[in-house]
Amino acid sequence: MSPLFPFRSPVRSRVAEVVLWMVLAAGFWLWPSYLALWSQILIAGLFALSYDLVLGYAGIVSLGHAAYFGVGAYAAGVLSRHGWGEPFSGLLLAAVCAGATGFLTSFLVVRGRDLTRLMVTTGIGLLLYELANRLPDITGGNDGLIGMEMSPVLGVFRFDMYGRTAYGYSLAVTFVLFLLMRRLVHSPFGLSLRGIRDNPGRMLALGYPVHRRLIAAYTIAAVYAGVAGALLAQTTQFVGTDVFSFNRSAEVMVMLIVGGTGMLYGGLVGAAVFMLAHHYLSDLNAVYWQFWLGAFLIAIVMFGRDGVLGACLRLSRVRLRQRPTGSL
Amino acid sequence: MLTSFLGVLFDGLAYGMLLFLISVGLSVTLGLMNFINLAHGAFGMLGGYVCVLALQSWGLPFFVMLPAVFVVSALAGLVLERVLYRYLYRRSHLDQVLATIGLTFMSIAAATYFFGPLQQPLQVPKFLSGQVSVLGVDLNIYRGFLLAVGVALTIVLTLALERTRFGASVRASVDKPRVAEGLGIRVGLVFQITFAVGCGLAGLGGALGVQVLGLDPVFPLKFIVYFLLVVAVGGTSSLKGPLYAALLLGVIDVAGKYYVPQIGAFIIYAMMIVLLVIRPHGLVSRQ
Repeated sequence: MSPLFPFRSPVRSRVAEVVLWMVLAAGFWLWPSYLALWSQILIAGLFALSYDLVLGYAGIVSLGHAAYFGVGAYAAGVLSRHGWGEPFSGLLLAAVCAGATGFLTSFLVVRGRDLTRLMVTTGIGLLLYELANRLPDITGGNDGLIGMEMSPVLGVFRFDMYGRTAYGYSLAVTFVLFLLMRRLVHSPFGLSLRGIRDNPGRMLALGYPVHRRLIAAYTIAAVYAGVAGALLAQTTQFVGTDVFSFNRSAEVMVMLIVGGTGMLYGGLVGAAVFMLAHHYLSDLNAVYWQFWLGAFLIAIVMFGRDGVLGACLRLSRVRLRQRPTGSL
Repeated sequence: MLTSFLGVLFDGLAYGMLLFLISVGLSVTLGLMNFINLAHGAFGMLGGYVCVLALQSWGLPFFVMLPAVFVVSALAGLVLERVLYRYLYRRSHLDQVLATIGLTFMSIAAATYFFGPLQQPLQVPKFLSGQVSVLGVDLNIYRGFLLAVGVALTIVLTLALERTRFGASVRASVDKPRVAEGLGIRVGLVFQITFAVGCGLAGLGGALGVQVLGLDPVFPLKFIVYFLLVVAVGGTSSLKGPLYAALLLGVIDVAGKYYVPQIGAFIIYAMMIVLLVIRPHGLVSRQ
């Protein structure tokens, strides 16, 4: 059995999770001048969670996940640019658009094996990137989509220049979606995805509709990615064609790997580590950043793949085992 | 109409030949070791930069530069194979993707650090520049040269693969590594040498392609789809598959960008997705 069933033990899981979300909620006071950065971290964490469902749970190696992020971002952006600035309906529309895109493309993705999937997802991402560049009337092309006007959240909280509303809004949406995903991955559906990841042939033999499960997982992940994209568009009130870029797809993979795959919170932890490192290191020099990022990726592959969260869990498990009472 | 079509065909074939040279090593890596090497384009880029340095800073003659580029790229491949790649053969595809993307990032950063982010300007040597008119079609001499080099190298490679003892070991190792090992062929060594030659050819392709493909630090990412496509469409069982695939791809890409520039890059990506959906194991696959 995989050693990484982190939050299986109900007591420990709930404590760790509650603490995590309380710290994030306390962010208003803990890092008041970095709220804009932290709402980006939450959004990246949500995007990485979506990718975790694809890679960590369903085992599909994708290098084009930014496609759905971008569709969501543009859906929300275009809606608000045409005068409908209510945030939650924007999220809903983005979710529907990204989900539809995900559902339609999933049929192409779930066929074939790793290399084929890798290339098909890369192709989908590049195709949408080209499309966004070629349709400047809708997307603003290279200049990006400007002139988004957002209404206050719930009609009360205006998007302010300190990012307080952006942070609270991102945190609330991320929290709710994490709860839903937590339920999903611990459900029989989530377990069957892990089974498919580890041995698709056996799952097929056991009578599971492998293709349909993968299509469902891919579509749900696309919905999540779309919401993350829409959050980014709404909180920054700008969408550029870089939402579709290959780099974004590669980065979300890096974040998830840094945090740890198949552990629900790996994406969020990885996003925080990645974005904070990026924030402080790329001030030094953008070129160094990319170099060390590459070196770090190779190091992760060479020396243990379960990421920061996995390493923490291993440490905590060792310490717990050393306790004389020993049991959880 | 016909003349423009012939011109496009000619350019497309030259372009395809470059793609073939760069990707042929990748088809060995993927075919022999089932190894996903996303950093393959980095060797092409290395060749390109060595070419620029050799011609502009060291003043080497063009025909001395080409073998030098081959040797440098092949050595780089050999070193990386020893230091990094051999630890990844038995790892999952995800690990291979991650490590080679990491390597790609590092190569991009290194190239930016040493050469700056801009396109490298490079003049075609005088005796290869200009155009000749053949039957009313203006043909670029340099592209004709590319075609000639490509054809010559394909013949050499085919002969080496089909007529030499080493070529026989390569084919045996591709077909059934376990049996080849059992017969006393050192599959690991065969692979190292083939890998190095593949990297050398990629470097050569990158050097020859500076004027056609362009050369900037994002080269490995920009063209990775093309290289993978050549291998995926062409399969890995012989040289012919990747060659035909590369030529087809080159012609379609050039024709697409010439006749319907509005949808330019779509054609390639759409074609890739459609092909992979119809034939998930490649057009000329052995499965």
